[in-house]
Formats: sequence, structure tokens, C-alpha cells
Amino acid sequence: MNHSRSRRNPTREPDFPTVKPPSPGGSSSGGAGAAMRLIVPLQGVVQGRGGLILGSIIPGALYYFFQLYLKRCRSAKPNSNPPSPSSSSAQLADLSRSSSRSNLSSRGSVGPVRVSARANSIAKPNASPYYIGLEMASEDPYDRFDNPDGIMQLGLSENRLSLDLIETWILENLERSMIGGADGHLNISGIATYQPLDGMMEMKIAVAGFMSQVMGTTVSFDPSRLVLTSGATPAIETLCFCLADQGNAFLVPTPYYPGFDRDMKWRTGVELIPVHCRSSDNFALSVTALDQAFNQARKRGQKVRGILISNPSNPIGNMLNKETLYSLLDFAREKNIHIISDEIFAGSTYGSEEFVSMAEILESEDFDKNRVHIIYGLSKDLSLPGFRVGVIYSFNTSVLAAAKKLARFSSVSAPTQRILISMLSDTRFIQRYIETTRERIKKMYVAFAAGLKQLGIECTKSSAGLYCWADMSGLIRPYNEKGELELWDKLLKIGKINITPGSACHCIEPGWFRCCFTMLAEEDIPVVIKRIQRVVET
Amino acid sequence: MLSRKATFNSHGQDSEYFLGWEEYEKNAYHEVDNPSGIIQMGLAENQLSFDLLESWLAQNPDAAGFKRDGESIFRELALFQDYHGLPAFKKALVEFMSEIRGNKVSFDQNKLVLTAGATSANETLMFCLANSGEAFLLPTPYYPGFDRDLKWRTGVEIVPIQCSSSNGFQITESALEEAYQQAQKRNLKVKGVLITNPSNPLGTTTSRDELNLLVNFITAKGIHLISDEIYSGTVFDSPGFVSIMEVLMDRNYMNTEVWKRVHIVYSLSKDLGLPGFRVGAIYSNDVAVVSAATKMSSFGLVSSQTQYLLSVMLSDKKFTKNYVSENQKRLKQRHQMLISGLQNAGIDCLKSNAGLFCWVDMRHLLSSNTFEAEMELWKKILYDVRLNISPGSSCHCTEPGWFRVCFANMSEDTLNLALQRIKAFVDSLSTTNNNQSRHQSNKNQRRKSFTKWVFRLSFRDREASER
Repeated sequence: MNHSRSRRNPTREPDFPTVKPPSPGGSSSGGAGAAMRLIVPLQGVVQGRGGLILGSIIPGALYYFFQLYLKRCRSAKPNSNPPSPSSSSAQLADLSRSSSRSNLSSRGSVGPVRVSARANSIAKPNASPYYIGLEMASEDPYDRFDNPDGIMQLGLSENRLSLDLIETWILENLERSMIGGADGHLNISGIATYQPLDGMMEMKIAVAGFMSQVMGTTVSFDPSRLVLTSGATPAIETLCFCLADQGNAFLVPTPYYPGFDRDMKWRTGVELIPVHCRSSDNFALSVTALDQAFNQARKRGQKVRGILISNPSNPIGNMLNKETLYSLLDFAREKNIHIISDEIFAGSTYGSEEFVSMAEILESEDFDKNRVHIIYGLSKDLSLPGFRVGVIYSFNTSVLAAAKKLARFSSVSAPTQRILISMLSDTRFIQRYIETTRERIKKMYVAFAAGLKQLGIECTKSSAGLYCWADMSGLIRPYNEKGELELWDKLLKIGKINITPGSACHCIEPGWFRCCFTMLAEEDIPVVIKRIQRVVET
Repeated sequence: MLSRKATFNSHGQDSEYFLGWEEYEKNAYHEVDNPSGIIQMGLAENQLSFDLLESWLAQNPDAAGFKRDGESIFRELALFQDYHGLPAFKKALVEFMSEIRGNKVSFDQNKLVLTAGATSANETLMFCLANSGEAFLLPTPYYPGFDRDLKWRTGVEIVPIQCSSSNGFQITESALEEAYQQAQKRNLKVKGVLITNPSNPLGTTTSRDELNLLVNFITAKGIHLISDEIYSGTVFDSPGFVSIMEVLMDRNYMNTEVWKRVHIVYSLSKDLGLPGFRVGAIYSNDVAVVSAATKMSSFGLVSSQTQYLLSVMLSDKKFTKNYVSENQKRLKQRHQMLISGLQNAGIDCLKSNAGLFCWVDMRHLLSSNTFEAEMELWKKILYDVRLNISPGSSCHCTEPGWFRVCFANMSEDTLNLALQRIKAFVDSLSTTNNNQSRHQSNKNQRRKSFTKWVFRLSFRDREASER
């Protein structure tokens, strides 16, 4: 059963963003004969009278016209390359956003000196199916009553299941929490004036407490080791700026969150080296694979600065156990590199396993803490992506010092901090919220996975996250990336469902899809299943 | 183990501008708890009009309460993270910007990009307009934060356009050319000019002539112009504020190539006194810049809660009109207080009509016309007089002896106290000078009498001998 299903040789060079040159209008072997028919008479001309002059003008003219022809061919079919997960066009923004694509493509080439190379590189529209799908779904969003034929959004890992709880809390507690003083007198200076740009101390205390609560209170977080940023997106970029120079690299187990390609690489100039994980071991991370990737990088002369893991994993939804975390720490120490642990889904668990944070390991064991950094945020566990709160948690005082200064470019808005300080300090409410949201995620997961199973689609065993990692490899034809993208396209345009193809996540095996289910209501699940069925059966 | 950016001091945060802050943190003045502490006069924050904001918030609880027309829109806001920004907020913001410019220019909300503060806006614009190793020209003196915000992660260089007190620190054609040549000498490709209008730290609005000069310059060189207009709403006196957009309109430059190379940075931190909210904006006529900046703003989005709150506030045109004019009145008054207090101590300021600070001339208090003497004086003012002010050198001023003194971030009583301390300090200086000169003249006297005595001695002998 377990035949090798990878479409790429595992020891092949990891994918680097390269710009593929457009293929000019076909030159095949048949052209050779035609070419000879042109060249021989030319030779005659050249060797004859005025040969030298004609001999330089004619080839020159031919060359000139050939270039013109190529140019016309190139402009006739722009971007003829199918979207590929390894191409650099996947470095574009638009993750998890409902937004409209830029209007640039119609303008042709942007003037060369006008803007920077960085700006030019993102002027091109993004070809990654991850972003295309998000956009299309946001332009025609499904609504059970108002737009039942719209596109159902299963490509955005947003948790809408428990917003009602937060809304109730806010409406009941707002006035007091935002700017009301003890005597009820409004005092705006607490939110209007300049606050520490890496977050108010009260906010850090509240967030540290929340992180502890959400991770099962088996670990405590020190507020002085936190730097707050406007979302996890700047948190990870800032950490990159602190840990790596341009051209350095991070090892990232695949499949991984498509947004990393933008967040970690774009302005930092850092590279990501995928370390492929396979379904045969449930996409578990192997240190052997890490080691291999590290050595290959070294041979290439590329300096690896660290490993980036997401735990719980996005898009798989599994959690790393203690043994794996220990081996990662050993590996990092051996190679003298950092570990970035993106734990943003730590509170969104639904299985029986307990989540183990890197911080917990470091608290109990004697590992070198200076190389471990944790990313967190309130966008997933607290369902508040709009409020823009992200966290860098580090044991390394130099990293903290640098990150603190960099936080000025992405500070959290003070009135938002005020409200959250109040909410997060209401630990009883938070406890109730955490428990309720876990139950609801579990319920949705069970119903959704069961629905997929009816269609013969199995999901990887997972216990966290807002999505499941579905194996649709049996439904794609041919069994490769092209087949996968065809299915994705059909599901999007005909089935009107947006899910994320594994290739967008750099998965080495074709046919896997990430399906987020926390934006749906339970009643919507049968609709999703029916739509998939419709597409699959045609 | 860390990156070069994290370990080197390219964050520019070791200048005195920031050291003064640290000292202040250690020994901050407080009316009751620490009356002999250091008074902060180095922070350009506007605390004069909080009462206006507070009363508006009290009258409009829905805005902060996630409600629109009585209905809760919490869900919508909780999930809103579109980097195009809340349309209602962008509309209100561009209308507010237009209002500040006397409605002489109008702005298109689709050309506006929201960022987490002007700090983020400036850095993002740099990332969009210049590659690492390229340069922007900035007239001196300039806001010390630019050394960090514009250069640190972007790798862009700043080449100063030297301005001097001889013409009130105005930008001249020769200074622009000189700066451009300097950049060439340093092998730096110049991508544009960045001005702050009204100026920080000068507190003056850029004149129409200077703006025209700049337009000519960037046209000739084919480069960009960034106009940081973060203080545009704080203009309290004549001549009024002239936006670069107005100048371009007057010259019929709409939709030209040059028009596309002019970009504005804005924020609500100064005009509306809300730096804690972290609201900044980039306005550009270049579609490519808007597109790139929009995507880059992912790294510094404004909280949806804040966007909504401000969209309601800025849409209340009665409130904004009243706030802007009342705020300007109060700034003018404070400004007057500061300059007359300083005059009383024999200290002059550059004539200014905007901003939250004055550019103060303390050249006559320097022991010598050097930056070392300026540092000496600054330290004395920080540690002995216990005032944190910003020395001109941290703003890259070419002439020693100038200081930026803020007047809007404290109560009237505190300002009075600060002025008293300055007067006392200056008086003590002149007494010391008098003592010194008396001491000096005593010394001179003694020397003179000694010489006389020697002379007399020798003369006596000679007399004796001659007889």
C-alpha cells in the first residue's frame, strides 16, 4: 500500500524561488531543416560581391527581426506558467483577507526606476491558488439565506464559532473597560498618549496569563519576555529580522502555512528550505530529514539560521509530542541554530491529547533557552483577527531587546489593548470561553470529517487547529500537482467551494487539501458535502 | 547568533535624543510625588485638547461600543483584517485631511494606505521607493527618529540638505544641488527628497517658494518627493499651511509623471493628539506604490476597533471643525507662553507658526561654538536644570546651539515651572560669568599692577643711574 507517492526525488535540490523564463513560440527539430534552407543561400551572398558588408548587415537584420518576433510572442501569452508552489510568485500578500486584487496587470510593465525592486516584485498579481481562492470566495461569499449559490469559504482559518460569547462580554463590560476611571469619569490619556511601543505592561501581563490559561496552565509565561505586535504576521517578520541576515535560511517542515512565504521572506531576504514530511508517517517531522536538509544547505554554501515549526501544525492539525520537541532542541543545539515555534493554534484543540508548548519543555528541562522563540496571537484562539494582537515570546534577552525596538513599526492600538486587558483579566470568562470553543470546534470537526468520510475522503488524524487535512488523492487525475489543481479549480468554480490545495502549502504528495470548517455553521456541512459530491461525480 | 540588524547600532537609538528620555524615565517630574524631577520637554505630544475628545466619546458611546445605528457590528469588526482598510474610515480620513487643507485639495480614499502609525508609514514608503543602498535627501535639522525609521531595516541612506540659520533654515536650490552632489560622491543613487511640512523640529510651515523649488528639483532629477505632513493640523498662525498637493494643482501637474512621484505621509498622532491609537497613512498618486504599500501594510494594520471608532469621530464634521480650531487656539497660546518666557530669560526662538515645539536659539549660552559645548550645555540643562530638551546635533543641525523645546505635552503650571527653572539657570550663568569676569579682571588688575611695579622698580634704578 505504501508505495512511494512522491512526485519528486527526495534528494533533489530543495525548491528555490526562481523566475521561470517564458517559453518562446516553439522551435522544434523541424526548424533545423528550414534554417538550413535559409543559411545556404545566405552563405552564397556573403561569399560573393560586397560579401563583408552584406555578411554583417543581413545576419544583423535577421537577428533584430528574430528578437522582435520573440518579444511579440512573449507579450502575447503573459504568465503562461501554471502556478507552481515553488515559484517566487507565491510571496505575495493577501493571506486570510477578503480583498481585491491589484489593478496593475493591465498597465504592463511598471517603470523601472520609479519604485523599488521589492515593490515591483509584488506588483504582479499572485498566482498561488491559496490567494486566488480566498479572493474569489470573498467576492461572492456564501450566505445560507442571502446568497445560497455563493462560494463557501473553507480556505480561511478563522474561528467564528464562539464570537457570540465575546460579543456578549464586550457589550456587558465595555464602558467600564475602555476608558472609564474608577469614578466613572472618562480619562482618555490612558489610551491617547504614547504607550510603550512593544505593548503596555498590563497588556503583557494579561496576554501572558491568557497564554498560560489557554495552554492548560501547565506552563507559565513571563510578561517581561513578551513583545506585542499588530498581529502574528509582523511578529514572525520581526523575529526573522532579528535572527537572520539576507540570504540566510530557515528549515520549514512541509506542508506549511502559505503565508510564511510572504511573511518570512519578502522584506527580510531570508530563504525558506522545505523539509518534506510524508503521509506514510502521518506527516510527522523527522530529525533525519532536518539533518539532510541542513547538510545540503551547507554544501550549497547557504547558512541555516533556524527551524520554523508550527505547533499545532497548520495545515495538518497535529501536535508535536514531547519526544519530538526534545529531539528538535537537541538538533538545534548540535547545529547551533534557533527554533521558532509558531503556537498560534495552541488553544484551538479538540482531541484528547494535551498541547505541549516549547515553553513547557524549557521550564522543566535543562535546555539552552536562548535559541527558542515562540510566536502567538489572538487571531485564532480568541477569534479576534481584526484587533491585531500578536506576540513574540523569547528567552533570549538580546532578541527581546532588538524586537522591542522593532515593535515600533507594528504596535498594537492602545484602546484595543485596554479592552483586551479587561477581557483577558476576567479569567472566569476566559475559562468558560476556552472550554466552550473547544467543544464547538470538536463538534464541527467530527461532523465534517464524518461527512467527508461518506465520500470516501479520509482526513489525517488531527487534534487541533480550525481545519482538517483531507486526502483527495483518489479523486485526482492524473496523480500529480496538475491533477490536484484541476480538482481545486473545479471545486472552486463549479462546486463553489474554496479549499486550499496541498501544493500551495508545499506538500510533496499531490491530492491533499486543507479544509477549514470553523467559518461554517453545522447546517452548512451537508451543503459542502453535497457540492463536493457533485464535482467528484462529474 | 543574532542578525546584523539586531546586533549593530544601526537603529540609531544611541543618540542623545534617546539618552535624555532614559534619564527622564529614571527621574520623571511629578507635581506632587517628585517636584524636583526632570520635566519632559523632548516629547512632541499634544495633551492640550483631551477634554474635547473625552466629551465627544462620552456623547458617542456607540462608536467605542462596536455599534452602528444602535446595532452591534462587533462580529464584523472582530473579523475585519482587510488590508484595504475600513472604507468608512478611509473616507472620513481623507475628508479630514482635505478639511485641514482648507478644502483646497481633495483626496481619493483609494489612494490612501493605512499603517500602524506614521513610523510604519515612513518605513513602508522607503521599502516601496528605494532599494537597499540608495538614498533620500533630507533637509536639516530633521526629526531624529528618521535615522531609525527610514534606514534601519530598509538599508536606505540619508544624505542631509544643509540648511542654515542665515535664512531661517529654509531650503535653497544650492543646498539641494550640494546634497545631490554629496550623494553622488558617496556613490549613492538618490531616489528622492523627504521633507516634513510643517517642519519638525523647526515648527515652521514650508513656504510656497520652497515647495516650488522642490517640485522643480524633483522634476529635473526624475526623483520622488515625500511630504510628511503629520503636523498639518497644528498650524496656529500665519502664513497658513500650503500642502504640496496644492502647489502641484496650481502648476497644473495633475496626472503628470511628477504628480505620481509625490507622496504624502499623515497620522492622527499630532493633529488629533492620539499617538496611542497608532494610526498612520500613506497617500500616493502612483498605483504601483499604493498597491505595494497596501500589501506591505499587513505588517502593521490598524485595529478594526480603532478604525471604526475614528470613522465615527472624523465623520462628525461639527466636532472635527471645532476640535481643529480650538486645538490651534490652545497651541498658539502655549507657544506664546513659551516664547515670552524664554525671551524673559534672554533666549530667542526661530519664528514659528506650527507644531508642538519651538526651535530655540541658545548659541549665546555656549562656551564655544562647537558641538561639544552644545552637549555640555545640554547635559547641564538635563541634570542641573532638570529639563529634557532635544539638542540640535541629534537633529543633524549644522550649527551648534539650537535646541527643540516642546510645549504641548504638559500642564500650564509645569510649563511655568520649566520657564522659571530656565530663567534661574540663565541668571546663574550670567552671575557666574560676572564672577568669572570679575575674577578675570582682578587677575588682570593684579597682573597690571605687578608689571607697573616691576616697571617702576626698573625705572627708579634707571633714574638713579641716569642721574
